[in-house]
Amino acid sequence: MSVTAVVTGMGVASPNGLGTKEFWSATLNGKSGLGRIQSFNPAPYPARLAGEILGFEARDHLPSRLIPQTDRMTRLALVATEWALADSGVNTADMIESDMGVTTASSSGGFEFGQNELRKLWSLGSEHVSAYQSFAWFYAVNSGQISIRHRMKGPSSVIVSDQAGGLDAIAQARRQIRKGVRLVVSGAVDASICPWGWVAQLAGGRLSTSEDPSTAYLPFDHRASGHVPGEGGAILVMEPAETARERGATIYGEIAGYASTFDPQPGSNREPGLRRAMLSALANAGMRAEDVGVVFADASAIPELDRSEAEAINAVFGRGGVPVTAPKTMTGRLYSGAAPLDIAAALLCLRDGVIPPTVNVAPDTDLGLDLLGPEARAASPRSAMVLARGHGGFNSAMVVRVPE
Amino acid sequence: MTGRRVAITGMDVLAPGGIGVASFWDLLTEGRTATRGITFFDPAPFRSRVAAEIDFDPYDFGLTPQVVRRTDRAAQLALAAARGAVSDSGLCSEELDPGSIGVTIGSAVGATMGLDQEYRVVSDGGRLDLVDHEYAVPHLYNHFVPSSFATEVAWQVGAEGPCTVVSTGCTSGIDAVGYAVELIREGSADIIVAGATDAPISPITMACFDAIKATTPRYDSPERASRPFDNSRNGFVLGEGAAVFVLEELDAARARGAHIYAEIAGYATRSNAYHMTGLRRDGAEMAEAIEVALDEGQLNPGDIDYINAHGSGTKQNDRHETAAFKKSLGHHAYRTPVSSIKSMIGHSLGAIGSIEIAASALAMEHSVVPPTANLHTPDPECDLDYVPLVARDQIVDAVLTVGSGFGGFQSAMVLARPDRRMP
Repeated sequence: MSVTAVVTGMGVASPNGLGTKEFWSATLNGKSGLGRIQSFNPAPYPARLAGEILGFEARDHLPSRLIPQTDRMTRLALVATEWALADSGVNTADMIESDMGVTTASSSGGFEFGQNELRKLWSLGSEHVSAYQSFAWFYAVNSGQISIRHRMKGPSSVIVSDQAGGLDAIAQARRQIRKGVRLVVSGAVDASICPWGWVAQLAGGRLSTSEDPSTAYLPFDHRASGHVPGEGGAILVMEPAETARERGATIYGEIAGYASTFDPQPGSNREPGLRRAMLSALANAGMRAEDVGVVFADASAIPELDRSEAEAINAVFGRGGVPVTAPKTMTGRLYSGAAPLDIAAALLCLRDGVIPPTVNVAPDTDLGLDLLGPEARAASPRSAMVLARGHGGFNSAMVVRVPE
Repeated sequence: MTGRRVAITGMDVLAPGGIGVASFWDLLTEGRTATRGITFFDPAPFRSRVAAEIDFDPYDFGLTPQVVRRTDRAAQLALAAARGAVSDSGLCSEELDPGSIGVTIGSAVGATMGLDQEYRVVSDGGRLDLVDHEYAVPHLYNHFVPSSFATEVAWQVGAEGPCTVVSTGCTSGIDAVGYAVELIREGSADIIVAGATDAPISPITMACFDAIKATTPRYDSPERASRPFDNSRNGFVLGEGAAVFVLEELDAARARGAHIYAEIAGYATRSNAYHMTGLRRDGAEMAEAIEVALDEGQLNPGDIDYINAHGSGTKQNDRHETAAFKKSLGHHAYRTPVSSIKSMIGHSLGAIGSIEIAASALAMEHSVVPPTANLHTPDPECDLDYVPLVARDQIVDAVLTVGSGFGGFQSAMVLARPDRRMP
């Protein structure tokens, strides 16, 4: 029997709430974090809305020496990690260093840091490029910095699969726990809301050009016309169930099942891979579809992708067979941070017996989903499925369930 | 050993001075070097002006004009290597379930070259803070997210199982293969096209390594610039390249009569939790990774016939890993040949770990240990057998290959013959 991996701590940095309590309360109340971009002037660009984390002062949370060597995504990740470890109640100083690992995902690395150094390179000359450019922008930086800050010498990893990567990283953390690692910091935080990142995201062709935060990101709605991107994510502390119980930890839930698939080549006219990922994740959890009480959708808000997601959900659960929600309508799509934030929301949903809402959306009834409306719904699901799809064909599905 | 085991049944390498496995192996065994003065851009403003570049034309590898347009050079190298690896494996993808095939590509720095070039344009040479989207190429998103490398390879090989990019700095090339091995062992896939790529030879990379003096300032004789373990070494030489493997569940590979280069017998990674770029001298975390990888492969230190070193040619690295070999292998470290192929093909960051796995498998295949070029006077603190200058004929049944990277990552992998006697 393989070891059960459980979540014992979480740290959240979300556009609609900095901190788990703030995020969860905002989310249950339908409070959105979408708005006109503040961190730079978006006027020259066709898309101008984002889910930004406002009021985050890294200096309030981190030693000053870390500031010049870190991108915003790393600062947020380091703070979220502190909160997650504090929430778990674990004292890492009491643990063997090589029993602790870090497995994060990243989509685009420390893109703003890279932007600033590229600007220096091309406007001032190569000798003006920061020494920290050698690591502050690359995809591995969050795992590296977290491992250093908390003296975690066990196996660490970094997964890059666009928006699906957050689930892939948590699954890799579960593998490590099954192999005997006693604690893994996992999840993801991304933050590329800067002019250079914005231009790159615009090139992806999926950003909403609406000026109105309440109608800009409408997944599963016949008005869907792209998404609003955001920044942030969630960091989780994961442990083997047995040692978590022994130390009397509060257990949010178990990472029960996971699978990932890849879509067929474009033009093949074959079914996308999401349904297979969902079925394999259920099989991996040893569960049936009817055991799942709520689905957290990927919710791309690209009509064709919404339809294929709805078809996959209906194929697995039956039309209207399971409540479906997309709290990311309040945060925007957070790249690799999105799915860990959904896992956090799913675990809080299991804990509190309340499914968070999907805001602003008038569901396209043809899609056949039991989509949450603007109000949270009381329910007592024992298990939740989180879906995440990455640009280019990545599909991941993860099942979490209440602790035994 | 119980459970599923994983074999290498196909491979291809694109390395400086060695495109394709045969030419790569000739370069290594002849001890030739492929480092040269940078030709991709004017290196005059930089402290370090040498690199190991590949003379690479993506059209030679069947890439179509549209694929070339939408991909960074690193993706192109990966596509070329993936094509060669699948062909080498003899697998016929039409007969396989696409859902059982995965892709894992390692890369430390993704589409650095493309990002550097495109930033220069959209910022109009650094003049614009609010960079101009109207000058962005349509595929810029593919550079933004290096997961596009996995997408391109998956489309090319027809994979619909688990696909991802693993990015752990300079250990990416080992960790990507290690990740793929775990997926096959657990049954998430039966076949994985796994390897790594990087094409970092671009002004932004040279500038940041200049800033920390990690790359060598030696450019009077570029072919002798990469000098791991030599007393006169003073930094690494940046390189580029890709190596991709077909990894397969061992029994299935045997059943179809596949050529098996080696079994990936053990793998482990550790973090030093010390410094983003610095290494402690004792090599303790790399030593632990080596011990765990040996244990996983049920091998003893004495079973290792060859160590393919990280050997980047920085003083701290060479001493760090020498200490790690001694700590993990004990006296056997002194009896085991250790070499660094970075002396010949430079350090291609995330790619090099996979290229070194290929060199390790080829050492087993051909019973030859590649040398460390440019090693004339070893650093007195580096007192192992680093196979200076000349390749050595020797039976190689098991190889240890290691990597060390920014972020503190230390990885070790053991390759062995699948038919070895198990304890």
